Amino acid sequence: MNGKKPPIFGETFNRRFGKSWLVGGYVFLYLPIVALVIYSFNDSPLPTTWGGFTFKWYGKLVNDTEMLSGFWLSLKVAFFTACASVVLGMFAAFTLVKYKRFFGRTMFTGMVNAPLVMPEVIVGLSLLLMLVSVQRWLGFPERGAATIWMGHLLLGLAYATVVIQARLQDLNPQIEEAAMDLGAKPHQVFYLVTMPMIAQALASAWLLTFTLSLDDVVLSAFLSGPGSTTMPLVIFSRARLGLNPSVNAVATVIIFVVSIAVITASYLIARAERQRAKEIAAAQRS
Amino acid sequence: MSANRFVARLRKSKLLSGRSAVIGVPYAWLLVFFLLPFLIVMKISVSEMETVHFKDLLTYKDGLLQLTLKFSNYEFIAEDPLYFKTYLASLKYAAITTVISLLIGYPFSYFMARAKASLQPALLMMVMLPFWTSFLLRVYAWKGLLGENGWVANLLEWLHVDHLLVAAGLIPALGKFMNTPFSLVLGMVYTYLPFMILPLYANLAKMDLRLLEAAADLGATPWTTFWKVTVPLSKAGIIAGSMLVFIPCVGEFVIPELLGGPETLMIGRVLWDEFFGNNDWPMASGVAVVMILLIIVPLAIFNKYQAEAQEAR
Repeated sequence: MNGKKPPIFGETFNRRFGKSWLVGGYVFLYLPIVALVIYSFNDSPLPTTWGGFTFKWYGKLVNDTEMLSGFWLSLKVAFFTACASVVLGMFAAFTLVKYKRFFGRTMFTGMVNAPLVMPEVIVGLSLLLMLVSVQRWLGFPERGAATIWMGHLLLGLAYATVVIQARLQDLNPQIEEAAMDLGAKPHQVFYLVTMPMIAQALASAWLLTFTLSLDDVVLSAFLSGPGSTTMPLVIFSRARLGLNPSVNAVATVIIFVVSIAVITASYLIARAERQRAKEIAAAQRS
Repeated sequence: MSANRFVARLRKSKLLSGRSAVIGVPYAWLLVFFLLPFLIVMKISVSEMETVHFKDLLTYKDGLLQLTLKFSNYEFIAEDPLYFKTYLASLKYAAITTVISLLIGYPFSYFMARAKASLQPALLMMVMLPFWTSFLLRVYAWKGLLGENGWVANLLEWLHVDHLLVAAGLIPALGKFMNTPFSLVLGMVYTYLPFMILPLYANLAKMDLRLLEAAADLGATPWTTFWKVTVPLSKAGIIAGSMLVFIPCVGEFVIPELLGGPETLMIGRVLWDEFFGNNDWPMASGVAVVMILLIIVPLAIFNKYQAEAQEAR
């Protein structure tokens, strides 16, 4: 009777409004990043006045030993955090998706998810107090890279599990069952069938936990010992004192490297995915 | 050969099976590194501080086993109005942040989910990308943007938004944006907005649009359809997103430290000062335990919805 009535709110209600809301949101998200990059080339040490174009802050960075040693420590911790997070996260995601019934499942789910939201000061404090208690009792571990790694792994495990779990849930279980029917042992099914299918999620989880670890301040502050200062701790202590142009230069380097890594990785992942889809389609045709 | 028999028996009892290893390894890790530390914090919060370390709860002296529990930390927290005010302020700023994030994030995720299908992966990627770059540095950048003659400060003054903010009590004086409740909330909304957008988008993108068509066929206007169908269907996303923003905001430390002023005291900073400044470990533990009590209800809600989302698929 009333003809065509586009049912979706937002399609009738002004497409332009939706678009400008999205554009506004993205401007909000990217404004600080753009500002950091621009001011890293500012000749004036005052962040609010433009004193001409310069590379001098990058030159100072090369000789900044505190920042550089922090950078190497952060890189090491982040690498091991990412590797361990992906392995443990894969186990945890597998548990949540495949094993619906086991003793203490509710508690397991809670403990995997809680670090996603738990204030970091609480996690950092509690982990440190435990490590101190253990140290009084056994004489180790000394606070340093290893203890920072333990804290980061707790956070990394939670994020890796979410990423891998999302992919595992979308998998068709019939493919694994077929492999099982053809005589593959459980571990063979896992390595030959499941792993390649979730490789994309494993890669994203690795990258995500790597960058999370590279960026963490609070856990690192609680768990680092004398002589183990990570890069975010150096940046944080300088940022606390006020604005510092060298921080802008570090920021620009990090943003540049991370963007290239993420864009390259997502391009490679998308290509591998397309290739796989093509192969599956070809296999189904024949 | 008894060792072999033992292993064989273990195998038989499935303790060594792949299944129990897959469950057991992360489970054991979490018990040792997540649950146990909390129990230790609770223990330390009722122990006495000695010059260097806290005292053991159980002491064995002259053939007597003594248990010393000290609740003075909790009494102190309950009596000192500073702590009460700080806890209240933390909850307030976390709540304000959550509401603003929802008001910005809901339409954002909605329009994202209703954009052209070919465009959506790119839109999602663009929300994720700031997430990959350092959170610390992005918060730091606001210091410059909101500072005197910063881009945003100039824009806000030019728009005369500062009159509005003064009236709302978010900034103390015209033109002063940094180190105020305003800069604190802005920083928290900015940081946690993606945590609101991502679960909402996941929820809205998989919504069955035929339900909306059905509502329209039955005579509902787009607005009614939105309020009566879309919003109730996205309830799980709203709750997940809100909890992902609210709970970490309550204990946030870095953002109040970099963007908040002296009057925006938050509980994360108090805990930090008790620990690193006063070196009072039992007091810091007491502050942490009370903080856990404050977030335990939202935490339970979050876990319930996460578990349901996991079961539903």
